[in-house]
Amino acid sequence: MKARYLKLSGLEPLVVTPESNFVNVGERTNVTGSRRFLRLIEQNDYNTAVEIARDQVEGGAQILDVNMDEGMIDGVKAMTKFLNLLAAEPDISRIPIMIDSSKWEIIEAGLKVVQGKCVVNSISLKEGEENFIRQAKIIRRYGAAVIVMAFDEDGQADTLDRRIEICARSYKVLVEQLNFPPEDIIFDPNVFPVATGMEEHKLNALDFFKSAKWIRENLPHAHVSGGVSNVSFSFRGNNLVREAMHSAFLYHAIQHGMNMGIVNPTMLEIYDEIPKDLLEHVEDVLLNRREDATERLLDLAETLINNQKDKKVEVKAWRSDALQDRITHSLVKGIDEFIEEDVEEARLASEKPIHVIEGHLMTGMNVVGDLFGSGKMFLPQVVKSARVMKKAVAYLLPYIEAEKDGKQQAAGKILMATVKGDVHDIGKNIVGVVLACNNYEIIDLGVMVPPEKIIETAKQEQIDIIGLSGLITPSLDEMIYIAQELKRQELNIPLLIGGATTSKAHTAVKIAPELETSVVHVNDASRAVTVVGSLLNKENAPVYKAQIREEYDKFRAKFLDRQETKEHIPLSLARECKLALDWECFTPFAPQQLGVQVIEYQDLDALVPYIDWSPFFRSWDLHGHYPAILNDEIVGEQATELFADAQVLLTEILDKKLLTAKAVFGLFAANTVEEDDIEVYADQDRKKTLGKFLSLRQQLKKRPGKPNIALADFIAPKATGLNDHIGAFCVTAGFGTAEIAKQYEDNNDDYNAIMIKALADRFAEAFAEYLHREVRVKHWGYAAQESLNNEALIKEQYKGIRPAPGYPACPDHLEKNTIWNLLQVEERIGVTLTESLAMWPAASVSGYYFAHPEAQYFGVGKITQDQLESYAQRKNITLQEAEKWLRPNLK
Amino acid sequence: MTEIEKVLAEKILVLDGAMGTMLQAYKFEEEDFRGDRFKDHPSPLKGNNDLLSITQPEAIKAVHRKYFEVGADIVETNTFSSTSIGMADYAMEDLVYELNVQSARLAREVADEFTKANPHKPRFVAGSIGPTNRTASMSPDVNDPGFRAVTFDDLVEAYSEQVKGLVEGGSDVLLVETIFDTLNAKAALYAIDVLKEENNWDIPVMVSGTITDASGRTLSGQTVEAFAVSVSHIPLLSVGFNCALGADQLLPYLRRLSNTTDVLVSAHPNAGLPNAFGAYDQTPEEMRDLIKKYLDESLVNIIGGCCGSTPEHIQLIAEVAQDYTPRKVSTTV
Repeated sequence: MKARYLKLSGLEPLVVTPESNFVNVGERTNVTGSRRFLRLIEQNDYNTAVEIARDQVEGGAQILDVNMDEGMIDGVKAMTKFLNLLAAEPDISRIPIMIDSSKWEIIEAGLKVVQGKCVVNSISLKEGEENFIRQAKIIRRYGAAVIVMAFDEDGQADTLDRRIEICARSYKVLVEQLNFPPEDIIFDPNVFPVATGMEEHKLNALDFFKSAKWIRENLPHAHVSGGVSNVSFSFRGNNLVREAMHSAFLYHAIQHGMNMGIVNPTMLEIYDEIPKDLLEHVEDVLLNRREDATERLLDLAETLINNQKDKKVEVKAWRSDALQDRITHSLVKGIDEFIEEDVEEARLASEKPIHVIEGHLMTGMNVVGDLFGSGKMFLPQVVKSARVMKKAVAYLLPYIEAEKDGKQQAAGKILMATVKGDVHDIGKNIVGVVLACNNYEIIDLGVMVPPEKIIETAKQEQIDIIGLSGLITPSLDEMIYIAQELKRQELNIPLLIGGATTSKAHTAVKIAPELETSVVHVNDASRAVTVVGSLLNKENAPVYKAQIREEYDKFRAKFLDRQETKEHIPLSLARECKLALDWECFTPFAPQQLGVQVIEYQDLDALVPYIDWSPFFRSWDLHGHYPAILNDEIVGEQATELFADAQVLLTEILDKKLLTAKAVFGLFAANTVEEDDIEVYADQDRKKTLGKFLSLRQQLKKRPGKPNIALADFIAPKATGLNDHIGAFCVTAGFGTAEIAKQYEDNNDDYNAIMIKALADRFAEAFAEYLHREVRVKHWGYAAQESLNNEALIKEQYKGIRPAPGYPACPDHLEKNTIWNLLQVEERIGVTLTESLAMWPAASVSGYYFAHPEAQYFGVGKITQDQLESYAQRKNITLQEAEKWLRPNLK
Repeated sequence: MTEIEKVLAEKILVLDGAMGTMLQAYKFEEEDFRGDRFKDHPSPLKGNNDLLSITQPEAIKAVHRKYFEVGADIVETNTFSSTSIGMADYAMEDLVYELNVQSARLAREVADEFTKANPHKPRFVAGSIGPTNRTASMSPDVNDPGFRAVTFDDLVEAYSEQVKGLVEGGSDVLLVETIFDTLNAKAALYAIDVLKEENNWDIPVMVSGTITDASGRTLSGQTVEAFAVSVSHIPLLSVGFNCALGADQLLPYLRRLSNTTDVLVSAHPNAGLPNAFGAYDQTPEEMRDLIKKYLDESLVNIIGGCCGSTPEHIQLIAEVAQDYTPRKVSTTV
């Protein structure tokens, strides 16, 4: 007799023999079962969708279920495209595909693109025998096995008898009328939920088991499959019970002959590891062993609920733990609801109130520190923990002061400051909070702190470490200056350097040589804790400091070495190699209206769609692109939570109009003169000059044919006689930020204090994006037909650019003065410039508009002495001053 | 049961060798390919070997005759590229049905001559169905892996036309061969199954895949066993391998196939691997000795040659094959 095994194939075969183990069907590539997969397909992000399939295969799936049944998706197209892409991935397409759809045309589309023998999921007698036969016959022709649902003209089988009746009839039709190979038939006798409270659902699991057994005994060679997660439907939100149910269900179903199934491996407890009482209760329900099985399982479930989402029930459970466990739980989970109550209990039980901080609270914070250090907690969670900690300490302070038993012993004293001329402090605040969580005393001097004040405070307070932060390039010089001062005054205090513009290279090359003491570049908050810990550890600090010094010396040597290999050309030569646009065939588009316009009050709601969220997550040390980051394997959960918190505050900002957004922009007649400068005229006569923008030119030696670009190249030279134009702008969304942040800080809520600043930054960037678009399509109007979605905007797919002074295309901050004069920014919308030319409020963006279709973003890179001299002369400033502002770009 | 199935129960059948190699000897030029009928055809026709069935029918018949003379039981029709997809290169899509009918008729006539002369050795015509020059499960554009130059529906349509011509021209068996993309083959099988049902034909089907290199996989990436599973849904006379490899390189894969399948097994390997000039050096004796191993291990029911094999090769293969009994279909329980 011939062996009749179910044989399937991808690039490799899958043969299901009686000895085979249960066959796992991967189910995450299913739009009805995975919201993440649905979103990826909707957003046309097939690359990431393919990665989900790869995860499934790597996770042990033996068959890959693919389902595209969703109203908003063109299922035929999506199925075809996705399966075609899978075919190009040998490590995925090695396993057979299960084409899962309730729509025949989608099934057929799938069958047309799979070379291996796949499984169709599913067909049934639902629409009668004729249709069933037709479909089965076509499936056979395409060379696939088939899942048959226990479903007929009268509906879905929900009793044992109905299951048997329908499966037997289906089998008979397929095998006897169609000669369909019985080993290619897989029955799905319907997994239905149990413990629903409905009398008629009591037998749902048991009947499934019995029907599986009946099928295997009475319908030769046929197989049994099922979607396991249905069984636990009534326990949604209680994963502990659900996982136990899945596992127990599977155990019994396999015993009864089910040999294939759709199972989410992450929602499966190991059968042997299900707690005994839970297993007993679950099996009572599945096997209908007691009249009161459902009630008993529900009661047990109440006490077991471990799911965060179901907070009410969860609270009950952990609130009955021991005091220390409760405090630790509050700190780790960032729950501030009960902390005062628990701290009060601890205070009454302690000899002195300070002992609560040193004991209970520090014990909890140590757990937070360990979890964060080992990558099991993320920054936003830690900041929430800090909020709980601060609230607890604030509650205890009056008692501590009443006893006058002095301050708690901190692990060290750290001064934090954003340097003079700079206003950016999100990163600094986060580092401060994280260090405070680790029992360091933080003295935060805020933003725009003069060096004298930093030195003075360091001396008075006997500071252990100074942390300096800055975002704009002139801040780098401030940091060097502070380092020099520390050395001059022989203050042997280690320095931490951080902020967007800082780098290990700059720290090693420019700051470290100025200091006797240690200087460390710290680029994220989690590293700050280990660095500070190592610097202050009495035993190991000397070794660590020597290591750091050696590391930076080596890094510097390597860096300087590498530097010299880059070749630069003289400015005169660079100008000859400028980007030569074809001006003869170009007619510049004239703006509708020249001159300056002000937006006194910008509706924030209109800006929301323009928000680019990826940098928001970056500011919290969560790395990845929005929206994919929300489903990231490692930080996804935290990102989702952070995003939800951000939405709450965002809604509040919009409802209560907490922030004020304003803008000023101008469009002007302009021409390039003397190669690198852009003259701005009062009107189209181009006789009266309003000002002049100086641009810097790339001097790196390039491959032949590659231009040395300056922004001036994008504007028609005066000699061409063309009437070209330029725009300039400043937007802000920062008015109100500082006040709200202060309120939060006063309430010990650093989390929201940081959040409001991060959101204000997003609004400012969104405003810049929004205004640029308005300018392109309306005010200037050169791209009136443009239609780009937000993603395309973020990817800068629009025509024309809006470079900002201080950024790579125009690293020179001094140009902001020219913009400020031209637009009268301060007078019109109140945004001011600090001595380092940072904008205040911090959540502001300023820059130019260039309309030429070939205008592009680029980096100026290093410039040489000749350009510096030329620049100083054109700007009419001393060489020394020019050097100060352009230092980061000097070779 | 068809005649060929009866004969296969008793003996190993010998398939012919290469057609192209034989036609090269004629040194046909453009005007020979065109003949009178296509002298004004807009595109060049040299190299369209399948067209020779119409313009040089005697040459085709002569090749068939040579193979039958040396002992072949089955010859393949001269239709490897006779689909609308293959003929598109020559702007001859409209000619596809006629090409297949004509090629099958030529082979039929010669086969009948030989059967008539020696009724104890009936000769058969296998309608050759090539892979086409497009792949349904691979993208020709590395930068766009989701793209397909041909769809399943396109292939079904093209193969239907070819199969109709082959059967109506008198083929005894259909041979879907040189399968480097199983999805293409599945489209051919789909077309065959539909036509068989519509026309109530009882014609057996042979399937022959191509293992491209030492990876042991088809060009579309399937292992021997996965390939066999993927074409198992239509009742087949045989499954086998041809082309790309010589008899020695093919041996391990043939063993695996023979182990896994419960239908008859065929093999028509190349005469070794091509040399630096693209020619095949393996002598008839060498090829025979390699094939003898297949027979010693009882791996095959149908044996022949592909690229580079000549009547001399087939003669020696036929001689050695008659000493052996056919492979028995395995019956694992």
